[in-house]
Amino acid sequence: MSGEKVVLDHDDLRRTLVRIAHEIVEKNEESDRLALVGIHTRGAVINRRLHALVSELSGTEVPLGDIDISFYRDDIERREPRDAPVVHDSHLDFDLSGRTVVLVDDVLYTGRTVRAAIDALFDYGRPARVQLAVLADRGHRELPIRPDYVGKNLPTAPGERVNVRLEETDGVDEVAITPAAAAATTGEDT
Amino acid sequence: MKHLLGVEDLSRKEMDRILERAQSFAEVGRRDIKKVPTLRGRTIVNLFYESSTRTLSSFELAAKRLSADVVSVKSAGSSVDKGESLKDTVATLSAYDPAAIVIRSPHAGAAQLVAGWTEASVINAGDGKHEHPTQALLDVFTLRQRTESLEGLDIWIVGDVLHSRVARSCLLAFQKMGATVTLCGPPTLIPRGIEALGCEVAYDLDGLGGADVVYALRMQRERMGESFVPSLREYAARYQIDSRRLGPRQLLMHPGPVNRGVELAPEVIDSPQSLITAQVESGLVVRMAILYELLTGSDRSRPERGTAPADTPTIGQPA
Amino acid sequence: MNVSANGSGGGDAARLISRQGSPGNLIVRGARLFDPRVGLDEARDLIVRDGEIAELAEPGGAPEIEGAEAVDGEGLLALPAFVDPHVHFRVPGQEHKEDLETGTRSAAAGGYCAVIAMANTSPPIDSAAVLGSVRERAEREASIPVGFIANVTREMAGTELTEMAELREAGAIGFSDDGLPIANARVLGRALQYQRLAGGLIALHEEDPDLSSGGVMHEGEVSAALGMAGVPAVSESTMIARDCSLALYEDAPIHVQHLSARASVEEVARAKAAGVRISCEATPHHLTLTDEAVRSLDARFKMNPPLRSEDDRQALIGGLRDGTIDCVATDHAPHAAEEKEVPFEEAAWGVTGLETAFAALYTDLVLPGVLPLETLVERMTCGGEPFGIEAPRLEVGAAANVTLIDPELAWTVGEEGYESRSYNSCFGGCELTGRVLMTVAAGRVAFRQRSFALGVAP
Repeated sequence: MSGEKVVLDHDDLRRTLVRIAHEIVEKNEESDRLALVGIHTRGAVINRRLHALVSELSGTEVPLGDIDISFYRDDIERREPRDAPVVHDSHLDFDLSGRTVVLVDDVLYTGRTVRAAIDALFDYGRPARVQLAVLADRGHRELPIRPDYVGKNLPTAPGERVNVRLEETDGVDEVAITPAAAAATTGEDT
Repeated sequence: MKHLLGVEDLSRKEMDRILERAQSFAEVGRRDIKKVPTLRGRTIVNLFYESSTRTLSSFELAAKRLSADVVSVKSAGSSVDKGESLKDTVATLSAYDPAAIVIRSPHAGAAQLVAGWTEASVINAGDGKHEHPTQALLDVFTLRQRTESLEGLDIWIVGDVLHSRVARSCLLAFQKMGATVTLCGPPTLIPRGIEALGCEVAYDLDGLGGADVVYALRMQRERMGESFVPSLREYAARYQIDSRRLGPRQLLMHPGPVNRGVELAPEVIDSPQSLITAQVESGLVVRMAILYELLTGSDRSRPERGTAPADTPTIGQPA
Repeated sequence: MNVSANGSGGGDAARLISRQGSPGNLIVRGARLFDPRVGLDEARDLIVRDGEIAELAEPGGAPEIEGAEAVDGEGLLALPAFVDPHVHFRVPGQEHKEDLETGTRSAAAGGYCAVIAMANTSPPIDSAAVLGSVRERAEREASIPVGFIANVTREMAGTELTEMAELREAGAIGFSDDGLPIANARVLGRALQYQRLAGGLIALHEEDPDLSSGGVMHEGEVSAALGMAGVPAVSESTMIARDCSLALYEDAPIHVQHLSARASVEEVARAKAAGVRISCEATPHHLTLTDEAVRSLDARFKMNPPLRSEDDRQALIGGLRDGTIDCVATDHAPHAAEEKEVPFEEAAWGVTGLETAFAALYTDLVLPGVLPLETLVERMTCGGEPFGIEAPRLEVGAAANVTLIDPELAWTVGEEGYESRSYNSCFGGCELTGRVLMTVAAGRVAFRQRSFALGVAP
């Protein structure tokens, strides 16, 4: 890929997830109320890794879930048909009441995906509180959403694209930034 | 895809998309809150010139679960009965700026006509004896849940094919999904020249044993009076699907409502081979999927009211 | 006798009626005059004086006539004008669809110099009183001569005969219950017998109501796929067979209308060979379209009899070519928009056809070499003969009935609207080749295409 700059490589990613896992456990003393919910697609993948780490650190089996927010998007009429996202099934098989749900996503940008995820979450039940963990925060928020746990702050220009690649889905672990001109050609889903 | 007028116009790819989408909505139905906000603020009009509890309620619920506003106009007791033409009725309803109009009519081609008179997406909920595409799609969906794929399946559609829009739509849909279809019924109720659509024709059930799926159609009482069939008794004797004729490996389907004891013997209706209940359940999620596919995405190419012409969407994803 | 101005010419031509006016003077220079009946096919100057063809001069040799319209016919085809034995002018009672003025203008725009109008109006033309009133209206409103058919049975109910002798005296050019068949064979038999007194020709709409009931299109593969009830071809052919037998038995002539099927053509051929006095017609839409057009579910393709299969169409073309089918008739049937902009099964039956008849047949049959131009001209001019109206001729001394056509002009049907009050043409939106620029009927110019420039002789 032309002009791409890798800002997190395989090792960075691993260290970052370990750190986030520690932060989550530290912040939530009563980890028996904790639950981790990943946002499809890559948020769910990252969440599974995070879940393994958190469960090990806390010594308890923390409930794991994932949600697809396609039906909650606010840009539904303006998507190109070829960009039609793959809609995954959501899985939230545990009771949300009284829990602290940590939403996990790969990149935090305008905040709209997280807003949609919170809406979806509340259609399943009523958690006591919701926290947000993201691998990368690229700024340019359009809604008042702030993350509780951030892997790396990545200041970006609006035209740039942040590409998160994971071994499970893309064969490699890395986070890269594509400059504005080259980024205009593909429509990758976050 | 702007309209769903018939299976004839659907590509295999479009059918697969709808069926996949229906799968997602099946999960929504298992939640406590069985609703998603996808079509919030959009209005869906159901225009039903033929009475139908099941299809109408299925469409109403599908739209509501997508958070749309629903208006249902039924033929009994509306201006439709006062002789207002279809064209004028559609013009009146357009005042609600509907995103979609679902129409059921006793006349072939009604949905197509409506599509020419409105900006809304039009869904054919049955036009005369011509097509009933949503039924065919839900039938394919139901079948796929049991058999994974329709490729290579041998499906028999048994009964009054001549008067059945379900038969026509299912014939096309099953073929598009790779199945072979045999139409079976009294010679007076199998349309002359239907083989041109690529199916086999049989006038008795002798070959039924080779089928993987038996799809039975309703046999209506009126057909006796019009000398299509001498009596229900003779029809049942020759064409009723009962436990003797239905093999243990064969799946049974029926669009409903069933005439117990006529086209189906009671014991097969409730047997484990019967997909009839599953068909009803599928109707809801398939109709949700259809509404979703038709009403989302910028191929609708209609600017939102009151705003400037649609901006080119930016490729960067909101997150 | 010739198609000429009211009253002149005598015989059955006197039954044709139109607006009176002064006979025309006209010179058409250098057009290709084409009339197979008189063996004419060359460029000539056509001179019309006082409504009659005065001279067919060498090109450039036409003398000047003061006050005559002069027309440049270079590159154009001048044909004997056409006669249509089957149109519906909706008078009395449905003038919102068509009246005598718009109907005759539509006919003239299609190159017709005379038409025969059917009687399934509102009220139907089943008495001398109603016939008299429409003839009076024609005298005021018709721009080309119109012959009026009267019903065979009262109110078209199919049971009691009309006062046919009186109707003939009152000017009826023939009899028909068209729109409906005469289902009762005894009634038809009586009507045929009665013609020994009344002397009119009975034109028959052939349809077995029991076989056709509920049908909205041809019964075949297309109706099977569309789920619409069909009318089998045997509905028509069995009635033709019955009526041919009756006609032979009663030694009476019959005219069979709008043939649509191979089986029907075969019945007619059989009957002619057996000596039955039978004439018959086919429409431009049956000769050029099939039931495949109905797949669009567009009610512009709904008519009775319906469009049938390609095999039926080929049989009709063959019949027209070899003369089994005597003439072309449009069955021009205007309907208001709201009667056609409804689901197919609900729509009114019928299509207009006067303005497109020649162009459709010329484009689809003559240009590809399927039908010779001579045959087309013969079949489009002889439609009045069974009713006693001779085909127009391009010869000196004949009344001027000429249509001037640009055989290379391509035009899109309906783009500039229609002369007819109704727009239900099955050729709407089609590009056809061959356009009528001018029509002279009974000695007077009845139609000029708007864009056709005229000059006046100095």
